[in-house]
Amino acid sequence: MWTTFLDALLLQAGYNAALVAIGAALLGIAAGTSGTFLFLRKRALVSDAIAHATLPGIGLAFILMVALGGDGRDLAGLMLGSALTAAAGLLLVEWTARETRLSEDAAIGAVLSVFFGFGIVLLTFIQTMSSGRQAGLDGLLLGSTAGMLFQDGIIIAIGGALSVVAVYVLRRPMTLVGFDAEFAEAAGVNVRHVDLAIMGLVLGVTVIGLKIVGLILIVAMLIIPAVAARFWTERTEFVVLGAGLIGGASGYIGAALSASAPALPTGPIIVLVCALLFGLSLLFAPIRGVLASVVRHRRFQIRVHRRQGLLALVHGEAIHDRMTLAVLRRDGLIRADGVATDSGRALAAKALLDERRWEIVRELHFADGVKASLDGLTPIEEVLTRDELAEIDKRLGPPVVVGG
Amino acid sequence: MAGRSVKVAAQDGQIVQQPPADDSPLAVRGLTVSYGDKPAIFSVDAVVPPESMMAIVGPNGAGKSTLLKAVLGIVEPLSGSVSVYGEPLAKVQDRVAYVPQRASVDWDFPTRVIDVVLMGLYRELGLLGWVTGRHRKTAKACLERVGMAEFAGRQIGQLSGGQQQRVFLARALAQDADFYLLDEPFAGVDAATEKAIIDVLKSLKADKKTVVCVHHDLATVSDYFDHVLLINVRKIADGPVATTFTAENLQRTYGGRLATTHIDELRLPAG
Repeated sequence: MWTTFLDALLLQAGYNAALVAIGAALLGIAAGTSGTFLFLRKRALVSDAIAHATLPGIGLAFILMVALGGDGRDLAGLMLGSALTAAAGLLLVEWTARETRLSEDAAIGAVLSVFFGFGIVLLTFIQTMSSGRQAGLDGLLLGSTAGMLFQDGIIIAIGGALSVVAVYVLRRPMTLVGFDAEFAEAAGVNVRHVDLAIMGLVLGVTVIGLKIVGLILIVAMLIIPAVAARFWTERTEFVVLGAGLIGGASGYIGAALSASAPALPTGPIIVLVCALLFGLSLLFAPIRGVLASVVRHRRFQIRVHRRQGLLALVHGEAIHDRMTLAVLRRDGLIRADGVATDSGRALAAKALLDERRWEIVRELHFADGVKASLDGLTPIEEVLTRDELAEIDKRLGPPVVVGG
Repeated sequence: MAGRSVKVAAQDGQIVQQPPADDSPLAVRGLTVSYGDKPAIFSVDAVVPPESMMAIVGPNGAGKSTLLKAVLGIVEPLSGSVSVYGEPLAKVQDRVAYVPQRASVDWDFPTRVIDVVLMGLYRELGLLGWVTGRHRKTAKACLERVGMAEFAGRQIGQLSGGQQQRVFLARALAQDADFYLLDEPFAGVDAATEKAIIDVLKSLKADKKTVVCVHHDLATVSDYFDHVLLINVRKIADGPVATTFTAENLQRTYGGRLATTHIDELRLPAG
C-alpha cells in the first residue's frame, strides 16, 4: 500500500488517480480560501444550508436532461441545476433572516432540511425512472471519483481558479465586513453585496466540489482549513494563505491515500486528512495552539510563584505553597529545609528593591494606560531605561537594611 | 442659488423657512428612524456648522447612535433627508470618517493594530492597489498621533479598551476626511486615552475639520465642545454650547431622570 501511496503522491498511480489528486488539490485550495471569509464573518453554518440545498437541483437537472433526451449524468448540467437551487436556498435564508424576526441559524435549519428532504424525494423518484437506476446520483452526496472524466477535472480547475481570483479581488471588502461591518457600511462598502459575494463564492466551491467530496462533506473543506490556519497566525492574509495550503494539501494527500487502497472512499479520506491537519494545528501551532498556551501559562505561573516566594523570603514569612517551594528549590534559592541560600537572599533583596521601584513607577504613570507592563513581573530593567531607573532610585532615598 | 430657501417641516408641524446650507458638513431634515413600530428618532432637523465640534447629548435610548448611523447610511431612515456638504453621502463618502462604538467589532479577528489602521486606507487603495511603504508610513504616523505606535504589531484583541478606541481613531485619521463622526469615543476609557483622544480631536478642529461626537458625560461637554445637539427621540435644542447647554434644556432632554442637584453641579449659565 505504501508504494502505491508514494506512486499516487507522485502522480504515477494511473490516469484516474492523477486526475483526482490534482482536482482535489485545486478544490481544496479554492474551498480553503473561500471558506476563510465565511468563517471570519461567523457564518460557517451558511455553507451547510447551501450544500444541502444543492440536492433538489441535482434531481431536477437529471430529470430535465433525461426528458430532453440527453445524458442525465452530465456533470456540467448537474452542477448548473445544483447551483440554481442552492442559490434559491441561500436567498431564502438571507430573506428570512432579514425580513422576519427569525435568527439566521433558525432560517438555516429550516431551509436546509426542507431542501434536502425535497432532494431525497426527487432522487427516490429518479430510482423508479427507467434510466435512473444506474444514474449513481447518490454518489454526489459523499463524492465518487471512480468515473471522473478529464472534462470534469477541467471544470473543477476552471471553477477553482475563478474562485481564487475572486477571493484575491474581494479580499479587502470581505475583510472589512468580517471585522467591522458598521465601519464598512459607513466607508461606502455595500455590506449586503459583500455578504452575497462571500456566499456566492461558497456556493461556487460547493458545486465544483460535488464530484470529489460530495455535498455533505464539502462543508468540512470550507470551514476546517480556515479554522486550522487561524491557530498559526494573527493576520487575515496569512489565514487565507494557510487555509488554501491546508485545503490543497488535504485534497492532494487524501486523494493519493484513497488511490492506494481499494476500500478508501476519496471524499471522506480527504476530510479526515484535513481533520488531522486541524488537530496538529490545534495542538502544536506556536501562536494559538493548545500546547503553546499551556507552556506560556505555566511559565507565567512560575514567574508569579518565584516572585511571591522571593518577597516572602525578604519579609521573613513562612512559605507554605508547594509550587512556590518547588520553584525556589529548583532555582537554588532555598535549601531543602527552606532556608534561603546566598543567591536566594541576594535575589530577594533585589525583588524588594524592584517592588519599591515599581510602586514609584506606578504612581508616576498612574494615568498612562500602559499598566499592562507595570505588573512587576516583567524585569524592571526591560521596561525602563537606565536613566529612568536612576531617577527612580533617587526618589527611593538611601538603601535600607532588610532582615536577614 | 442666491436667496433660495426651502420649506422644511419643523417638529411641531409649522412650516419654517430655512436657508440652504450647502457648505455645512451635515444637514439633516425631518429624519425619522424606527426599529419596529417605535421611532428611535423622530423628525430630527439639525445642521452642523463647518469647523465646529459638536456633542450629541441625550439619555440612554434617546437615539444618539441611531442618528449617527442614519446619517452614515448604516440604518435606513423611514423618512427625511441627510445631506453631507450639500450632497448625498455616497457622493462625498471620502470626506467622511467614522469611529464606531467598540462593541461593534470582532475582537478575536486575525488582525494587528497596523492592519486596522490600514483599513482606513482601503478606499484609497481600491480592490487591487498594493500596500506600499508610503501607506505603511501614513498608518504609522496616524498611530503616532494617538500614542499607539509601539503597539503596531499586536493583535487587536490584546489591547485594553482605551487602546482599542485610540486605534479606531487612528484608522479614522488614516481616512484623511473633513468630517469626523464618533460614537461614544470616551465610553469606558482610561483618563490617558480620554486626553489623547480629545487632543487629537482639538487638533482636527485646528486643521479646520468638523467633529461630531455622541457624548454621554455632561460634565465635560463645555470643556470639549463648542456646539451641542440635545435629543431625546425628538430634537430638543441645538446650537453653541454657551447658549444651548442650559439647565432648562437639559431638564427638557432628560425629564425627571436628571436630578436637579446633578444639573447644579454642572454650574451652567441660567437658562
